[in-house]
Amino acid sequence: MRNALTIAGKELSSYFVQPVAYVVLTVFVLLAGWFFFALLKQFTEMVQVYTAMSSAQALGHLNLNSRVIEPLLHNMSVVMVILVPAITMRAFAEEKRAGTYEFLLTAPIRTGEIVAGKFIAASVFILIMVALIWIFPIILMVFGDPEVGVMGAGYVALALLGVCFVAIGLFTSSLTQNQIIAAISCLGILLLLYVISWPLQAGGGMFGDLLRYLSLPEHFGQMVRGVIDTSDLVYFCTMIFVALFLTQRSVESARWR
Amino acid sequence: MIEVKNLTKRYGDFVAVRDVSFNAAQGSILGFLGPNGAGKTTTMRIITGFMPATSGTVLVDGLDIFTQSLEARRRIGYLPESPPLYSDMRVAAYLRFVAKLRGMRRSEVDDAVERVLKICGLADMAQRICGQLSKGYRQRVGLAQAIIHNPPVLVLDEPTIGLDPRQIHEIRGLIHSLRGQHTIVLSTHILPEVSQICDRVVIINAGRVVLEESLGSLAAGKSLEDIFLEAISKEEGHEPAEDEETLEEVGAGHG
Repeated sequence: MRNALTIAGKELSSYFVQPVAYVVLTVFVLLAGWFFFALLKQFTEMVQVYTAMSSAQALGHLNLNSRVIEPLLHNMSVVMVILVPAITMRAFAEEKRAGTYEFLLTAPIRTGEIVAGKFIAASVFILIMVALIWIFPIILMVFGDPEVGVMGAGYVALALLGVCFVAIGLFTSSLTQNQIIAAISCLGILLLLYVISWPLQAGGGMFGDLLRYLSLPEHFGQMVRGVIDTSDLVYFCTMIFVALFLTQRSVESARWR
Repeated sequence: MIEVKNLTKRYGDFVAVRDVSFNAAQGSILGFLGPNGAGKTTTMRIITGFMPATSGTVLVDGLDIFTQSLEARRRIGYLPESPPLYSDMRVAAYLRFVAKLRGMRRSEVDDAVERVLKICGLADMAQRICGQLSKGYRQRVGLAQAIIHNPPVLVLDEPTIGLDPRQIHEIRGLIHSLRGQHTIVLSTHILPEVSQICDRVVIINAGRVVLEESLGSLAAGKSLEDIFLEAISKEEGHEPAEDEETLEEVGAGHG
């Protein structure tokens, strides 16, 4: 565990001595700000229209949670699909290219500790990203009356989603020494998980259930609405565990070739 | 201290290392010699546990590098062919990182970093960024990371490659000063290097050991070059003239 933390600390500081981290954080927060502005503008316009129509019933249906925060988090989840591969692509690919892989694998540490260290570092980075856009709920709390619990659940969902993406990104990075290949294949897997349930309409039998279970938006959408269901948590944890396990096997396999 | 027994490594049909065996006694410096592509790097990667052998065993301080890998790896300092530096880290921070991963206690780390910075002539470079160092300094940092945890065994893959004559001289002096406390295996294709610093020489060609001898017992009057050429041409039936040519190039390149 100590070795994992040593690696995590080194990885995290290496994110921040490079421009990548700042670019990723800037893009993420900037886009979030733009979405928030757009959604809030729509919301206030709708409020004005309904007030003019003096339709109390319609007004009652409008709320900040479902009209602003929920779509914001959905948008940010798509932004994460694109940004997370850029964070994780270096993890193993760069070590192989630079020759430091030889140092890591001959040091007296387990491969599991290497994987854990890199996973912790990238996950902390995701938490920083998500924490930065907590500014928008704070703005809403100052000027309005949103439900804090629901927003909290949504943000936890976004963080969990990002961490899950990180695990998948580490896996693709462990397969190659080319960062571009690592990033593109990660992006491919993440997008596929996003659209995997598209062939289904309503029914679908066993195969349909399976696809629906694998589908990311299915589980993410539930949590963003404020419903934290064990089955969704199990889904995310399983994805993380499987991806990390495959990463560990892939790194370990270097010793068997 | 290091016992290599019947090591064989295949990549598909290609046999990189064939039935290689040799020993390095405690405190000695073993020169691992051979032309490019002879299997030196592969053998060293197997000794350090980076990759497994197809067959054969390696014992480091009596510990099998495959079955008691963690314990064995703790006893090895390894300088790969290209120094394993993180180009965005500062030298001192990098060495601290290496020391921690090699299992040093937190209280010992700072002293160890101070010590190797001094030994390797890097005291002024501690706050430089690894990626901006010249080749010579990169090589020194590489050596510093190999010896930082004071391992009983040092494996150095071509430690003087690509350096200028003065740097070669310094690095050789450095390795020489480590004699006694460490068992060192050092690969090279520069012959004078071996005669200057090694106690024992193993010549490998096309994956086979063609000569294993202590330097003292090599036939007097014969230069190491002659012995080397003889050994590798016996093995492959090469035209001696061809080998002489390549050797001259090597000699000119590395002074």
